[in-house]
Order: sequence, then structure tokens, then C-alpha cells
Amino acid sequence: MFGLGKRDLTLFFIVAAMALFAPFILNPFPTDSGMAQFNAGYPDLMQRFVIFGILAIGFNILFGLTGYLSFGHAAFLGVGSYAAVWMFKLLSMNVIPAILLSMIVSGLFAVVIGYVSLRRSGIYFSILTLAFAQMSYNLAYSVLTPITNGETGLQITLDDPRILGVSATADGGIPVTNLFGLEMRAYETLNIGPWAFQFSVGYYVAAVIMLISFYVAIRIFRSPFGMMLRAIKSNQNRLYYTGLNARPYTLAAFVISGMYAGLAGGLLACMDPLAGAERMQWTASGEVVLMTILGGAGTLIGPVLGAGFIKYFENIFSKINDQVVHGWVSFLPDGLEDLVVALIHPFVGKGWHLTLGLMFMLIVIFLPGGLVEGGQRIARRLRRKPSPDDAKSASTEPAE
Amino acid sequence: MGILEVKDVNKRFGGLKALSEVNLSVVENTVHAIIGPNGAGKSTLLNCLVGKLIPDTGSVMFDGQSVLGRKPYEINQMGISRVFQTPEIFGDLTVMENMMIPLFAKRDGVFRLHAITSVESERALRERAEQMLDDVNMLDKRHMHSASMSRGDKRRLEMAMCLVQEPRLLLLDEPTAGMARADTNNTIDLLKQIKASRDITMCIIEHDMHVVFSLADRITVLAQGTPLVEDVPERIKGHPKVQEAYLGEHA
Repeated sequence: MFGLGKRDLTLFFIVAAMALFAPFILNPFPTDSGMAQFNAGYPDLMQRFVIFGILAIGFNILFGLTGYLSFGHAAFLGVGSYAAVWMFKLLSMNVIPAILLSMIVSGLFAVVIGYVSLRRSGIYFSILTLAFAQMSYNLAYSVLTPITNGETGLQITLDDPRILGVSATADGGIPVTNLFGLEMRAYETLNIGPWAFQFSVGYYVAAVIMLISFYVAIRIFRSPFGMMLRAIKSNQNRLYYTGLNARPYTLAAFVISGMYAGLAGGLLACMDPLAGAERMQWTASGEVVLMTILGGAGTLIGPVLGAGFIKYFENIFSKINDQVVHGWVSFLPDGLEDLVVALIHPFVGKGWHLTLGLMFMLIVIFLPGGLVEGGQRIARRLRRKPSPDDAKSASTEPAE
Repeated sequence: MGILEVKDVNKRFGGLKALSEVNLSVVENTVHAIIGPNGAGKSTLLNCLVGKLIPDTGSVMFDGQSVLGRKPYEINQMGISRVFQTPEIFGDLTVMENMMIPLFAKRDGVFRLHAITSVESERALRERAEQMLDDVNMLDKRHMHSASMSRGDKRRLEMAMCLVQEPRLLLLDEPTAGMARADTNNTIDLLKQIKASRDITMCIIEHDMHVVFSLADRITVLAQGTPLVEDVPERIKGHPKVQEAYLGEHA
């Protein structure tokens, strides 16, 4: 069905089910319980899960398949956001034209950056893309202020033209982003006993687009084009003497990947119509690399898992402060309690980066194939007794 | 007029004259061997034929067209395939996928974006790949991860990848280098079988005299970047110049 093999189709349906039921899955704890702070099922965060999932899926098409490590993908994210906000300012608050423009602009941007950067491979390629992204970031802050609104960031205002929409709503407010009238921020709350589940329009729009992106990525992975990209990673010399030029293939992969990032950037702007230069900073580029490697580079589902994992840490783990930890260990004697809290302190709250860093190191060292490999190992162990032979054959190829 | 005509080729690396005034004519549908001691310029000559190196002067014509200044992938598209000294295959891919890539290159040219169709749906190409694998006795290994195969199998796969493109000229750079005697004999048999089953011209660079005399129709002896003699194998064996420059070492 849909031109997918059986296993890919199963995977697609699992992801679709996860996306559809995310408000339930991510809200396992009753609202008034102490664990409620670990609930991630609120629209704002769920949107971020799927949007960064799109970014990572696109990044994986480049990095996972060709092995070219782009360190400047945040530039496309930022460009996509700016393009979308401009569409909101000039045309209308409908998200469709904004998303289309963000993909087109980031695609064109990727053609230029890719054309130059892909002249080199390996570390030089990474450095070139990083240089371009930092250049974009600094330009957005300084000379491009007329387009980017500099440090303040690009926002929609009451006197924007919006030729197909309205400059201001009837009651004088700034109009909100919508899909043919359906407001992105609208949501319904479903109360079942002590649980409260929120279903937002914005999340489901983003989730549907993520599923489309995921589907396209599966098709690319299984296509002759995807096979060529893996061949490029494997042996460029052989490809060259087989009558194929690697450059157009890598450029196409780079542009597709850049358009995915632009789409993610555009969606971010749809959920919250403002765009700032910090979205293009190198840390943002690094984050998508972490997501992909953490989840499993070169696998289909890995990047989505990695994106969810990192965003969960960033938003939930970072909220555990000392008071919360005190609450957990209050059964201990006073002196010991303080000691335990002091020991845990560097790893939680603002120290979440430390925990994430350690987990990243552990995963890269012990599970080179990322979370996907971890899942495969567990599945194998559950299914039958492990034998040394299949541990080797089923391991995923780590990206360099 | 041969299918491959090399005329007055010179190539210099700094102070070293790697090739000087090399002339070579490879007749269509023959096996032409190029032999010579280490450093004779055999590999340099081969690299000039496939576009990896550009000669300083002279011309290289394939089927009436110059190959000079063309990129390796363009030269391949003209009908020249190359087997490397150490097998160059796509190690991360399965044997079948390794076979599909040259078939796509042959059908679609240097670049074509097939991003949405699936490899599975290319029935005709898959059948040709399977046929070719069967010809080299590797059909049972088609789902194997190619990096995990033996060197002999990698060599077979590489040849199959070249042959499936139906090249007019197959260049082989020491196809039996580093192989055990049994593997060498297998390779000789394979090459004989390939030659017998289709119209193909082969140009072999080889160290192993056993291989050369089993396969070659004509032999060119290179020494210090210049062709010494070109003749049929029977007369090369006893040629005094060759004895001196090459076989003399072993005698």
C-alpha cells in the first residue's frame, strides 16, 4: 500500500498512531499528581516534538544517507521562519502560503550553499556549512536588519498590509495564524477523571505535515536516488568509475534536506509568528546533529526519536529544580537529604545539558546505532536467546 | 585501426618521466596485456586511459573519440569500465544493490533524480542483475552485505558490476594481485568464460606471467615508461630485450 513495503508500512502506521494519540501518550500522569510536571502532552511542546522531528528527518536524508555532515542546518530553519513571517505580513495569516514560501526560499538558499560547500567533503564540508550558517546568523543581526528586524526579531504588527487578509481583526487585535479560518492556537480540553488531555489545531496540522514528510523520506530511502546516496557514502571512487557523478546527487540531497529544514522553520513561525536570528545560531545546528546521532543516523525512525528525546529533556528535565528533588528525597534524614540534593543538583534544572551530554556520550559509545539500535537489541533479547552471530548482522551502520 | 589508440603519450611527475612516447593500439575483441617491471609506468598509462590522469602530450582515442579532458564518469559512459587492483565495491550495500547501481548508470546516464520510484519496482533491471550474478556464480550471495565477502568474491562482484554495463573495453589493473593460486586460476577461468561469451575487448595490466600467457592475444612490454616490444605471447617469451628487462629478473 502507498508504494511501501510491508515493514515500512508498519513503521509508518506506528508513527502515525503515535502522532495521533500523542496527547494521551505524553500525558500519562493525572493533572494534580506530583508527577504531572513530567507530562509533555501540552500543545506547545508536542508541536516542537513534531517540528524538530521534521528537521531531523530532513537532516538524516543528507547525513544518514550520504555521510555529509552539515553543520549549518539551522540557517535553513531560520530562513524558513523569516520567509513564513514575511508571508504573514504581506499576504495573509493562512499557513499554507507561508509554508510553501519557506520551503521555496530555503531550497534556493540550499542550492547556493550546497553548490559551494559540496566542492569539498568530510570536515571541510562541515566547516564550510558552519561558516555559511554563522554568516547568515551575523548578517541577520546586522546588515540585513531591514529584512530580519535585527535583534528584536521579525514580528507581525497591526500595520502590515496582508493583501489577502486583514491588517487587524474587527476588535483591533493582531490576527492569528490559521488554516482557512481554523486558528492554530485553538484547542479542546478533554477531561477524563483526573486527567486533562489537550487537542490543539496547531499540533495536528504540524503532525500531519510531519507524517507527509516521513512518508516522503521513506520513499526517498527506498528509491534508486536513496541507493545512490548510500553508494556515495560507501565508495565515491567506484561511483565515479561506474559512470555517475556524485555532485548532482549530493546537491539534490542537500537541497531536499534544506527544504525539510525550511519547512520546519516555517512551521515554527506558523505556531508562533515571530522569527529571530538566534534560530540560526551554531548551537541550533549542533542540536539537529545530536538528535540524528542520538536516535540513529541512517535509520528511518531514529531522527524522530532523537528529536523527541532532546526536546523532552530541554523542556521537562530542565524544570526539575532543587525543591522538586527535596520533595523526592524528603524521607531521608536532614543531613543526608541535603547531601543527596547537592549531588543531584548539577544534573537537573539548569544542569540538564550535563545529563544530556552524558547520555549522548553513553549512547555513542555503547550504542553506535543510537536509540534504534538500543530498541533492536532489547527486541532481540525478548524474542529469543541472543547469539553472537545475529548481534553482528543486525547492528545498524553508524555514521562517521 | 584499434578500438583504443594511444599515440605519443608523455607524462611527467616533477623530475620523473613516467611515460615517454607511448604508442599502443588495442584491437577490438582481443585481450591485450601490458606487462613490465615495477615502476614501468603501467598504472600511469591505465590512469591516463580512464581520465584519472591527463597526459602532458599525445592523444588517447577510444573508438575514434578522444578521451582526454573527459571525467572518469564520462569515459565510463563512452563504454570503458575499469577493475581496480584492490576490489572497489560499495561495501555498505548488498550484492544486489551493488549490481543495480551500474545498471542505473547505464540506463539513465550521469545523473537522474529517481527519488520517488522504488528500487524494488525495477523488475527488468533486477532480472539483468540476477542473470549477471548467475553468470559469475554469485546468485546465492545476492542478499549478502558485500563488505563481509572474501576478496575473491569481491573481485567477482566488481567484474560483474563492470560487465553488466556491457562495456566495449574492460580495463583490468592486476586482477589477480595478492590472490592465492587457486583464486588466480578461478579468475583466469572467469575471464576466459567472459571473453568467450560476448564481444568484449580487454586490456590487462598484470605482473603474473601465468595469467598473462593464459589470457593474452597480444602483449606490450613496458620498461621505464617506454614500450619495448609488442607481439604475440609466443614470441614475447623468447624475445631477448624482454628477457633482459623483465623476465631476466626471474631467470
